[in-house]
Amino acid sequence: MASITFKHVEKTYPGNVTVVPDLNLEIQDKEFVILVGPSGCGKSTTLRMIAGLEDITSGELYIGDRVVNDVAPKDRDIAMVFQNYALYPHMTVYKNIAFGLTLQKIPQDEIDRRVHEAARALDLEHLLNRKPKALSGGQRQRVALGRAMVRNPAVFLLDEPLSNLDAKLRTAMRAEISRLHKRLQTTFVYVTHDQTEAMTMGDRIVVMKGGVIQQNDTPQNLYDYPCNLFVAGFIGSPQMNFLDAVIAEESGKFTAKTCGASIALPDRMDKKALGAYVGRTVVLGVRPEDLDPVTAGESCDLEAVIEIAELMGAETHLHLDCQGSKLVVKAPSSYPGQVGGAARLTLNKDKIHLFDKETEQAIAH
Amino acid sequence: MKSSASLTRSKRITTFLTYAALVLGSVIMIFPFVWMILTSSKTIPESLAIPPTIFPKELILDNFRDAMASLPFLNLYWNTALMILFRVLCAIVFSSMAGYAFAKLNFKGKNLLFGIVLVQMSLPSQIFIIPQYQMVAHMGLANTIFALVFPGIVSAFGVFFLRQTYMGIPNEIGEAAYLDGCNQWQTFTKVMFPLTGTSVAALTIFTAVFAYSDLMWPLVVNSDLKMMTLSSGLATLRGQFTTNFPVLMAGSLLAMLPMVILYLIFQRQFIEGIASTGGK
Repeated sequence: MASITFKHVEKTYPGNVTVVPDLNLEIQDKEFVILVGPSGCGKSTTLRMIAGLEDITSGELYIGDRVVNDVAPKDRDIAMVFQNYALYPHMTVYKNIAFGLTLQKIPQDEIDRRVHEAARALDLEHLLNRKPKALSGGQRQRVALGRAMVRNPAVFLLDEPLSNLDAKLRTAMRAEISRLHKRLQTTFVYVTHDQTEAMTMGDRIVVMKGGVIQQNDTPQNLYDYPCNLFVAGFIGSPQMNFLDAVIAEESGKFTAKTCGASIALPDRMDKKALGAYVGRTVVLGVRPEDLDPVTAGESCDLEAVIEIAELMGAETHLHLDCQGSKLVVKAPSSYPGQVGGAARLTLNKDKIHLFDKETEQAIAH
Repeated sequence: MKSSASLTRSKRITTFLTYAALVLGSVIMIFPFVWMILTSSKTIPESLAIPPTIFPKELILDNFRDAMASLPFLNLYWNTALMILFRVLCAIVFSSMAGYAFAKLNFKGKNLLFGIVLVQMSLPSQIFIIPQYQMVAHMGLANTIFALVFPGIVSAFGVFFLRQTYMGIPNEIGEAAYLDGCNQWQTFTKVMFPLTGTSVAALTIFTAVFAYSDLMWPLVVNSDLKMMTLSSGLATLRGQFTTNFPVLMAGSLLAMLPMVILYLIFQRQFIEGIASTGGK
C-alpha cells in the first residue's frame, strides 16, 4: 500500500511535444482515484509514468516515500491492467496469472496458492486451463485483474479496463472492480474517458485536459460545483446546458436575462462576484434534470420548441430549441409533449451555474 | 425479374465454367509432373521420338538404377537436408531477433538499417553470387556444408516478414511482460517469440522450399560431386552435347521424393504458410 505524489512532473516526447506540462497531484494510500478526460488529455501518459512505461522528462514522482523516476517497473510494487487486457495468448489462464510470480522465482506451492486464491475471488477456477482466446471479454478482463492481484501490489493501475466490454458487462465489471478495491484496500488509479465510470467508482476524480488538471475533487463536488465550463460539460450525461445570459442588478437582486426571460439568481450566490459582471454576457449552465417541464397554466421560466424526444424507458430526453439556443431536458416518460409542440420549463434556481464567457472559469454556483 | 428456374440454370452454368477452369488449370500444372514420371520409364529413343509418345511401351526401372549409379544420392540427400536445416535455423533465429528489434525496439539508425534490408530484398540474388563466392573461397570453405548454408544465414525476406508479424503484436503484451519483471531478452524469448509460431512455420516452409530448389549457388560453390545438393547433382546429368532425359527424369523423381513425403505430412501448414507469405 502506498501514496503517489507528482511534483512538477513534465512529460515531453521527442519532437518537443509536451503532453503533460507541470503535473502536481497527490493520491493518498488506499484511495481510488479516477483520471478522466477526453482523448489526448494526458491521463494515460500520467498512468504510464506511474507504471514506469514512460520516462519522466522533469520533476519527481514518489510512490510512498521513494522517488521512483529511475526505478524499473518491476521494482515499483505496482500492477497494471491494460485496455486490451494484454494477456499472453500462448499461455493458459493459470500461466498468465502465475507468470510474474514465476519470474520472481517464488516457490511453486506459494504460486499455486496465490493463483488459486485469485482465481477463486474472481470466479476463474474452472477456466484455469483455458487459453485467452477461449474466454469471453469479461473473463479475459478478470484474468487481467487476477494477474495484477497475485502480485499483492501497493498500487493498482487500470488503463480504461472496461472500454472493450459491452454495456451490460461494463456495468457488472464496474461493481466488481469497486468490490475488489474495498477488499484489497490498495491504492487504485483508474484511467477512463467514460464519465459514468468516473462518477460511480472513484473516491476522487481528477479531470484533465491538455495535460493540465482542471479539477480534482470528489464525484459529488465535481458534479455540483464544476470549476470551469470544460468540467461542467464533461461530467454529466446528457451534458449540462449552456445559455448566454446577461447579468442585471435591481435593488441588490441579481437576474440573468436569457432566451427572452429574466431569471432571478439565488441570494446565496456571491454578490461581489456577480457585481463585477453586471451588464456583461456570461454563460449560464443548468443540468438537464434541473429544468422541469410544466403544464400549460403553471408559471414557467422558459418556453421552447420540442425538436426531438428520446424515450429512454424511465425518462424522456427532450431536445429543445429556445430562441436559437439548444437545450436538453430530462422529462418523465409520461410527458405528453409532441415533437414540434411547445415546452414550458421551470428552472431549479439553486442549481444554476455561471461561468465567465472569456476565461470559462466558474463565477458562482 | 428472372424466374427461379433461369436463376438455377445460370448458377449451374457458372459452376460448370468455374470447375472447367479449375480442371484445366490443374491439368496444366500437373502435366510436367506426369510427363516426368512417364519419361522416367521410357527408353532414350522413346523420349526423343517425334511425334512424342505419351506412354512408354513397357514400364522399365533401369533409368532409376542408372540415375542412382550416376549420382551419390545418399550424399546429395544428406547435403540437401543439412543445408535446409541450417538455412531454416539461421533464418528463424536471426530473422526473429532482427524482426523483433526492428518492430519493437527504439534505437538510432533503425529506419536506415531497415531501409538497407528492404534494398537487399529488391536486388536480384544473382548479383551477390560473385562476392559471396569470393568470401567463402577466401575463408577456404568452398566444398563444405557451410558454403551451402552461407547465403541463407541472414534472410532479408525473413527479417521483413517477421518484423511485420511482430508489429502486429500489441505493444501492451510486451509492456505487460516488462511490468511482470521480464527483461528485454525474456520478453522476446518467453512472450513475443512464441506468439509468432504461424509466421515462423511459414518462414520455415518458404526457406526450405527455396533452399531445396536453389541451383545456382550450390552449383557455383561446391564442385565436388559428394558435396553437392540434389539440385546441383541433377544438373550434372545434363551432358554438353546430349542428355539422357529418361535418367534425368528418374533422378529428378528420386530427388523429389523427400519433398513429396514432407508435403503430404505437412500439407495444411504448407498451404497456410504460403498463403500467409503472399507467395505462390
